[in-house]
Amino acid sequence: MNTTSPAIELKGISKAFGPVQANKDISIRVMPGTIHGIIGENGAGKSTLMSILYGFYKADKGEIFISGTKAEIPDSQAAISAGIGMVFQHFKLVENFTVLENIILGAEGGWSLTTSLAKARKSLIELAAEYELNIDPEALIEEIGVGMQQRVEILKALYRQADILILDEPTGVLTPPEADQLFRILGRLREEGKTIILITHKLREIMDITDTVSVMRRGEMTATVKTADTSPEELAELMVGRKVLLRVDKAPAKPGKVVLDIQNLRVVDEQGVERLKGIDLQVRAGEVVGIAGVAGNGQSELLEVLGGYADGKGTVLLNGEPIDLTGKNSDGQSRRARGIAHVPEDRQREGLIMDFMAWENTAFGYHHDDAYRAGILMDNAAIRQDTEEKMERFDVRPPDPRLSAKNFSGGNQQKIVLAREIERNPDLLLIGQPTRGVDIGAIEFIHQKIVALRDQGKAILLVSVELEEILALSDRVAVMFDGHIMGERMPNDTDEKELGLLMAGVGS
Amino acid sequence: MDVMPKWAEVILVPLISLLLAAFLSALIILAIGEDPIAAAKLMFEGAVGSVRGWGYTLYYATNFMFTGLAVSVAFHARMFNIGGEGQAVLGGLGVALVCLYVPWPHWSIALVAATAMAAAFGAFWAAIPAYLQAKRGSHIVITTIMFNYIAAAVLIYLLNEFLKPAGAADPSSARFAAHLDLPTLNSVLNGMGIKASKDDSVNVTFLIAIASCVAVWVLMWKTRLGYEIRAFGHSGSAARYAGINPTKIIMVSMIISGALAGMMGINVVMGEAERLVLNSVEGAGFIGIAVALMGRNHPFGVFLAAILFGFLYQGGAELDFWTSIPRELIVVIQALVILFTGALDHMVRMPLERVFLAFRKGGV
Repeated sequence: MNTTSPAIELKGISKAFGPVQANKDISIRVMPGTIHGIIGENGAGKSTLMSILYGFYKADKGEIFISGTKAEIPDSQAAISAGIGMVFQHFKLVENFTVLENIILGAEGGWSLTTSLAKARKSLIELAAEYELNIDPEALIEEIGVGMQQRVEILKALYRQADILILDEPTGVLTPPEADQLFRILGRLREEGKTIILITHKLREIMDITDTVSVMRRGEMTATVKTADTSPEELAELMVGRKVLLRVDKAPAKPGKVVLDIQNLRVVDEQGVERLKGIDLQVRAGEVVGIAGVAGNGQSELLEVLGGYADGKGTVLLNGEPIDLTGKNSDGQSRRARGIAHVPEDRQREGLIMDFMAWENTAFGYHHDDAYRAGILMDNAAIRQDTEEKMERFDVRPPDPRLSAKNFSGGNQQKIVLAREIERNPDLLLIGQPTRGVDIGAIEFIHQKIVALRDQGKAILLVSVELEEILALSDRVAVMFDGHIMGERMPNDTDEKELGLLMAGVGS
Repeated sequence: MDVMPKWAEVILVPLISLLLAAFLSALIILAIGEDPIAAAKLMFEGAVGSVRGWGYTLYYATNFMFTGLAVSVAFHARMFNIGGEGQAVLGGLGVALVCLYVPWPHWSIALVAATAMAAAFGAFWAAIPAYLQAKRGSHIVITTIMFNYIAAAVLIYLLNEFLKPAGAADPSSARFAAHLDLPTLNSVLNGMGIKASKDDSVNVTFLIAIASCVAVWVLMWKTRLGYEIRAFGHSGSAARYAGINPTKIIMVSMIISGALAGMMGINVVMGEAERLVLNSVEGAGFIGIAVALMGRNHPFGVFLAAILFGFLYQGGAELDFWTSIPRELIVVIQALVILFTGALDHMVRMPLERVFLAFRKGGV
């Protein structure tokens, strides 16, 4: 036995959902006062494991020890009283309450709100001082930034006397400077003796901040190593089960004529909020233009209006000819006919029909194509044949055209969409979040396909919230903030710090 | 991965559900002091034990096929059309108008015209709620059910004010010309040299219903329109991305749905009553929901489920006639079948999936 017992110890945790074994015999020891990273691809079982720890799910097998004593965690109340605090990826805050009101929510104590608010204000100020988490207790949640909101979530956990903090993909919504700030806070919490579990799929975060890292793959814990003794390459290999190329190999771009010319493009959404406030942007043949930005700053609307399912105002020229931004000829079918292919940001809600078989999805959006027609009927056999060939070229696994889209992994789903759109040989490819929820092995493949399309002289407009991806793929980077383009940079003349400032609306 | 093989999915699950419903029905019959075995025997004999029984079973099944298909087509576009009742009423009105006011030389030509009118009237009655849904966002469930009441009121008004022969007390139209009677299925069979009796309700409309099943199957799984309807039904956001026009899909799917429901009018008005009467639809529009549910919105499933419900309907009528089992209990039995095959699907499916899973694990 060690002299100090682990803050958390899991022994032999297993959990199955029907036929899916989400966690298989997982054992892990997290020592107090450390930052322990858990890394793994989507669907590796990280979130399930944390949900068991936080009392959302009950493990089928296994034991949980907290500070050396066996604990039962049937619900989140039990987790909280055991000193576990959770910061979810999607914050659980009441938008029109103040910071203080959110912090005491569910832990009001007593019938008089005034007394408990006063008490809470006092301890909040103490907490803030202790951990250098400055915040205005009276500010409304809807009026503070995402980074601040996350800070409120952390304070909420600390207010409930959490000794163990679990953070689930905490940097997904943050700009790089905000992420740096978060890491400083986490470091400070570690100094004060708190134990932190950081769940992420970003290798760099693991390397930057954790003391120990556990790797999960397909429901199993494949390794637990000291961060100092490992490398990103080794971790990637542990995650995927084979060697992966983390960089994108590409030759310098040879931009040709302007394919897409956007002039003063505006989009107003259904609530009447202006989402694009006058965008000017050009994409040339043979180049990848990356749009960087924190999610929700107009990138989605830009893709939607270009892809033909949101109305816009302004001028958009494709190969010098205007395209309709409203009306009958502005739908997805017309866009495809003009040579615009679109890999949408959300493949599960837009790019695919999850209950359709792979071959039905291959025809999706192109189902009026002559190659897929047999008289007045659809030529289903031809589509299946085509799908089989596409699946082979894009290494979709399993290569079964009759399997429903929902039964493929995220990476293979994305390959089905990509095969459909890229093989149309479009003049312009719109591509949103190409590798969101995609395993590392498939990321490599998808990046290569994008670069290959560029090298064929096609114009590519890439939207991604992953700055690393933008920098790796783009030949030119435009940063969006609040419906504006804050500036354009060449990827080798800039760095994440500068882009981060632009993403936060500062600069140029 | 799909846990169960396809045959278990489409045959075993409904069959077990059905047996459970039958078992529970037997317990209820036992509880009111009747003999469930005798009751079951009576139902079977009444529904399928004689040519006459079969005739009525298939006659009802014809109605349920049309309304079941109607519900399933709309359902593929995620439209819940519970207005089959009203659309069938309007369809019947269309049939009656064609048969009353046009001097047709032969029943076959009249049947073509009656089919077209029934479909057109039913489609029209579904198109209004569809338009309101597509353009105004009025919920289709609310509007179609309101249109059922409007259709009933329209029928009463037209029958009393215009269609009722002068001096008649009964609110029904004059009888159609005798040569417009649709041949019964048996007379068709007799014509082919197969011996069968004459007094039989199922008529050539049954063949139209089967053709409609095939047509719906081709439409939904072999044409671009069907593909778009299913795509829209599965995911509105994905359909938007693909450039599928939601208004078009809502309108078209509801028009097809209404036309199918309307075509039920041929069977009840031209085939059976041979005049327009007040309550010819008799709830078939609503039973269509259960039929579509049990048939998993697939035309072949609808075909089988319609025959099952035809059996329950005819067998139930026999029970009512020959035993002291009250009429309401027959509705309870039908409801149990709907409950088990439709709503409690997962109750059977989940344990069965576990069995198959264990089986597969053991096998590997």
